[in-house]
Amino acid sequence: MTAVHLGMPAFPSFPEAAEAATTDAQLRRNLRNATHTIRDKRARAVAELSDWAGLRAAAAAIKNRTLRHLDHYLLQLEEAVTKAGGRVHWAIDAADANRIVAELVKATGETHVVKVKSMATQEIGLNEALAAEGITAYETDLAELIVQLGDDRPSHILVPAIHRNRSEIREIFVRAMGRWGRAAPDGLTDRPADLAEAARLHLREKFLSAKVAVSGANFMVAETGTLVVVESEGNGRMCLTLPETLISVVGIEKIVPTWQDLEVYLQLLPRSSTAERMNPYTSTWTGTAEGDGPREFHLVLLDNGRTGALADQVGRQALRCIRCSACLNVCPVYERAGGHAYGSAYPGPIGAILTPQLRGITSALDASLPYASSLCGACYEVCPVAIDIPEVLVHLRERVAETGKGHPAERTAMRAARWVLEDPARLARAQRLATRARRFRPRHLPGPAAAWTDTREVPRIPEESFRDWWRRTQGGGPRAGGGPAGKGGR
Amino acid sequence: MRVALFITCVNDTLYPRTGQATVALLRRLGVDVEFPAQQTCCGQMHYNTGYRRQAEPLVRGFAEAFAGYDAIVAPSGSCAAMVRDVHPRIAGRSMGRVPRDRVAEVVPKVYELSEFLVDVLRVTDVGAYFPHRVTYHPTCHSLRLLRVGDRPLRLLRAVRGLDLVELEGADECCGFGGAFAVKNPAVSAAMCSDKVRHAADTGAEVLCAADNSCLMHIGGTLERQRAGVRTLHLAEILASTQDDPHGSGWADGERSPA
Amino acid sequence: MMGSRELVLARVRAALADVPRDEAPEDFPVDRDYLDAHATGSPAEVADLLADNLADYRAVVHRCSAAELPGLLARLLAEHRSGDVAVPPALPGDWLADSEGVRVLTDDGSLTASRLDRVDSVVTACAVAVAETGTIVLDAKPDQGRRLLSLVPDHHICVVRPEQVVASVAQALRRLDPSRPLTWISGPSATSDIELDRVEGVHGPRTLEAVLLAD
Repeated sequence: MTAVHLGMPAFPSFPEAAEAATTDAQLRRNLRNATHTIRDKRARAVAELSDWAGLRAAAAAIKNRTLRHLDHYLLQLEEAVTKAGGRVHWAIDAADANRIVAELVKATGETHVVKVKSMATQEIGLNEALAAEGITAYETDLAELIVQLGDDRPSHILVPAIHRNRSEIREIFVRAMGRWGRAAPDGLTDRPADLAEAARLHLREKFLSAKVAVSGANFMVAETGTLVVVESEGNGRMCLTLPETLISVVGIEKIVPTWQDLEVYLQLLPRSSTAERMNPYTSTWTGTAEGDGPREFHLVLLDNGRTGALADQVGRQALRCIRCSACLNVCPVYERAGGHAYGSAYPGPIGAILTPQLRGITSALDASLPYASSLCGACYEVCPVAIDIPEVLVHLRERVAETGKGHPAERTAMRAARWVLEDPARLARAQRLATRARRFRPRHLPGPAAAWTDTREVPRIPEESFRDWWRRTQGGGPRAGGGPAGKGGR
Repeated sequence: MRVALFITCVNDTLYPRTGQATVALLRRLGVDVEFPAQQTCCGQMHYNTGYRRQAEPLVRGFAEAFAGYDAIVAPSGSCAAMVRDVHPRIAGRSMGRVPRDRVAEVVPKVYELSEFLVDVLRVTDVGAYFPHRVTYHPTCHSLRLLRVGDRPLRLLRAVRGLDLVELEGADECCGFGGAFAVKNPAVSAAMCSDKVRHAADTGAEVLCAADNSCLMHIGGTLERQRAGVRTLHLAEILASTQDDPHGSGWADGERSPA
Repeated sequence: MMGSRELVLARVRAALADVPRDEAPEDFPVDRDYLDAHATGSPAEVADLLADNLADYRAVVHRCSAAELPGLLARLLAEHRSGDVAVPPALPGDWLADSEGVRVLTDDGSLTASRLDRVDSVVTACAVAVAETGTIVLDAKPDQGRRLLSLVPDHHICVVRPEQVVASVAQALRRLDPSRPLTWISGPSATSDIELDRVEGVHGPRTLEAVLLAD
């Protein structure tokens, strides 16, 4: 598999990066506060709908239908968008997509674009690619602005600056806004309302003068050629409405077949992501509209590894994802490791199954992601499109274990363990060997087990295994009902 | 009804007392529980670490060892969930190496201990006596894969003398996760340290759960931190009675519940 | 050499080798085992729910009869001290009849975003309102105007007629024409980007006033 760009340079493996994050008390406090607040709200918003389970099942089924017939729906979408006055481009990978977007921007003669928050453009590293072509991309979502001004990386799908608290954000605004445009007002406080007001003023001049906008989309309706952007702040409406040219970069899996299908996702997405009955703004557009909004509309359909995931019958379900980030907010690992440790535009549980599928498992980081989970299952429980994330994680672990260099020592140990466990007599002998060594209870173990004894005691080995006890005592004396001796008898 | 004990390899090797408690409890309730000696391991460690093929002979072995029983009782939510949730999947993908029909026959007979007590035997008051303050940690696989719900709590509430206190953040993972604890030790330890802090905050003497692997992780941390809270498997609490509060009538070994 | 389009399509088809060749998209079952609407009360109850949900997300809600509307709008504009008010080309004639001393800028397609940035208020009708979610949908018809009209000004007054109120998202979608540019509005602009703490008012209108007309 060729290297697929997910908007990030080379990174340390997940355990290394996560370990550093666990020692950052401020980061852990920020993440804990934010994720715990939203997870409780989400639970309440979901509980309002008595038919949540039915909506969830339908959402999964609609996406499954779409994915199984993706070629059909892509062609249907292309035809509908074209008929409505849009132009459709196809991009095999990040470089392809970045080249297409840069050429489209250059054709307008502009050197500045405004951007709506989009996972796909983050994934392909569009801003950096445009910068290399002399084009400046202004992020207009508040959190993306915080990240851009702070020369930082996003750490959450919905709330990219979740790792920053209000006083850090104030400091970034005061320091950097002036370099990008209108400076932060004097005496800026760290009240969220004041920070939002500073962003409003800073960005307004960008919106009013922008000629080109770049967006992603939450959904594309195949039958009508309609694109949908779900947002809160109104920066999306600004970008989708004011410029003359709109370029939308969207993953090929974002299709839903029919207009009616939106009734499912427009109920599931806001409640799962921001815990609202409905997000403040949803924009839908179909090609171009006479006298209203952009005169030119370009849709760039992005593969960038998605067809690789599509080919895996277990992993395919990850393409159902609607980027709500509910799985991040309930994940105990994400809460402690932070988003950056996942080394990709897609952090958290969904990132742990999406990134290795899009990029492959050749780097140390990507091969470590499938293990970045205790398999507690909280992510699957909240997923509005029922992606069985633990199932896919285990499946990807299998790929890591069985392909490439894998983990040779672990493989040997697993084979040995299987050999012992396959046969009760061998197991009993192994247990007796352990029992003989029981007085030796080390406080610190060597090798991979060392990590265990860094913070925990090792369990004591009992004098006798259960199976030997049963064999010796017939289960500890008189049997209930006085029946005949059990199978375990001497 | 022919009832088999599925002890699980962790309990068999490291926590025989939990198995002894389960046997004593079930016999007290009139169940003539058997121990099929052919059993070994459900294959969870192999499967969850990415060695599905290595788990296949263990899945096949499980179906053979437990064939013909009406109920198979496991004092482990995690291993019961492995059998119920994953064994059919492994059989389905094994290209015939694991007979699907044998697996399909055995799987529905598997119960986690609290499920067996509440759903099959229809008891919540098992006649236990345990005069201590206890808090309960619902392990992830009991909670989310088996969906045992409040069954363990109903059992605990009916125990005489037991003072059940609520554990903050109870439904959050303790950070064990098998391979996870080894491969991501820092995050695993951070998760456990929160769990341990919540446990200590309850003022309970005993933290109880239905999974000894999670308890090994939590207990190992509690012991290292000298937190003053002990861990105990649900079965050992339910097996304790007024006449025999220390389990001397049913258990060997040194660890005593009271 | 294959172009990207053919390459992507070829990869998609290769990836779907497990899907039976004779399976049509509709052959794959989708059970719609969910409710068409959660709110099942009378039209009056549904209107009350709309009002509650709009208010819950910080829209200012007013209710009046058609006859009272011009008076109410005059009062709201006066309270907001609005001098310049933008309106779509086909706002019903009498709506601003009582708004004396207000300069009405009717958008004939020539109002620029910069000009709209300097108006005080915008008054529009809507296409549909969804009670369960507290949502107003604009479809850019002549009584609502171009999308930028209801976006750039900081104060948006939107009038909802009783027959435009539906209970659910599903019912709203059936009434809407996907070929038109649609804007679904649920309260004023908001963000939760700072510590996941909701703040109203970023780029869209910071004040949304919804006027629900009674039968």
